[in-house]
Amino acid sequence: MSEFLRMGGYAAYVWSCFGLAAGVLAWNVLSARRLHAIARESAIRRTAAGRGPP
Amino acid sequence: MNWGWFHKLASPPHAYRIAGRLLPWFAWPAGILLVIGLYGGLVLAPADYLQGDAFRIVYVHAPGAWLSMSVYATMAAGAAIGLIWRIKLAHAVAAAAAPVGASFTVLALATGAIWGKPTWGTWWVWDARLTSELILLFLYAGVMALRASIDDRDRADRASAVLAIVGVVNLPIIHYSVYWWNTLHQPSTLTKVAKPSMAAEMLWPLLVMLLAFTLFFAAVLLARLRAEILLRERNASWLRTELAR
Repeated sequence: MSEFLRMGGYAAYVWSCFGLAAGVLAWNVLSARRLHAIARESAIRRTAAGRGPP
Repeated sequence: MNWGWFHKLASPPHAYRIAGRLLPWFAWPAGILLVIGLYGGLVLAPADYLQGDAFRIVYVHAPGAWLSMSVYATMAAGAAIGLIWRIKLAHAVAAAAAPVGASFTVLALATGAIWGKPTWGTWWVWDARLTSELILLFLYAGVMALRASIDDRDRADRASAVLAIVGVVNLPIIHYSVYWWNTLHQPSTLTKVAKPSMAAEMLWPLLVMLLAFTLFFAAVLLARLRAEILLRERNASWLRTELAR
């Protein structure tokens, strides 16, 4: 296992790249979700559809 | 030819629902292929005889670089269709694609720099491949900044579409830069005509990762497109029923 993590001495280079990739993928998922939530909020405000009976 | 189906598809309520229905069919295969590709690339593939384990960076660098360009092509195609045929949904696709493409351009540049240090001995050189890829990032930034700077959405769509289309000229420059000019960057591992210059046990995880990233982009694009449709829609009747769910 530690041999695998060492990556033949290139650990810092290899794992920082895969970490960056994970970060970019995660950012895409989270930002898309956030944008959808914001868009939904603004659409609800515009149409006032979200308001239930008083 | 009957174009009725096309106009129906391009209508916001239909596009919103179809995008929502398609999304999981891209997201789940993307996630599964990502796991398979990572296992194949990090564990099963042997170390390179020259670069050792550093070559494994290719499994995130190449998919990032591939998406940086193909997302730009998607964005420019949406911009062109929106500009020529005045289809608002196409402008929405372009708006949805821009930040995604920019993020993968950052990934390609950053992993390229990190890969360059142990293999070339430098983080960065101002050669054709690296410089044209950096210009691609500036093009994405320009398209997004231009859109954000104009309040009127129709004008913002048209202005950013023109910039996106003009920037397409950069794509062949990036692709052929390694053949046209002297560069540290290696030429393509995969080409349509020649046999791939990579052993099979190294190659299949790369193909799986390329497919996984592409499907991931499709899923994110659909999710962002749904948000764009909600932001742009003025017709309240279908929105009310949709949001009431």
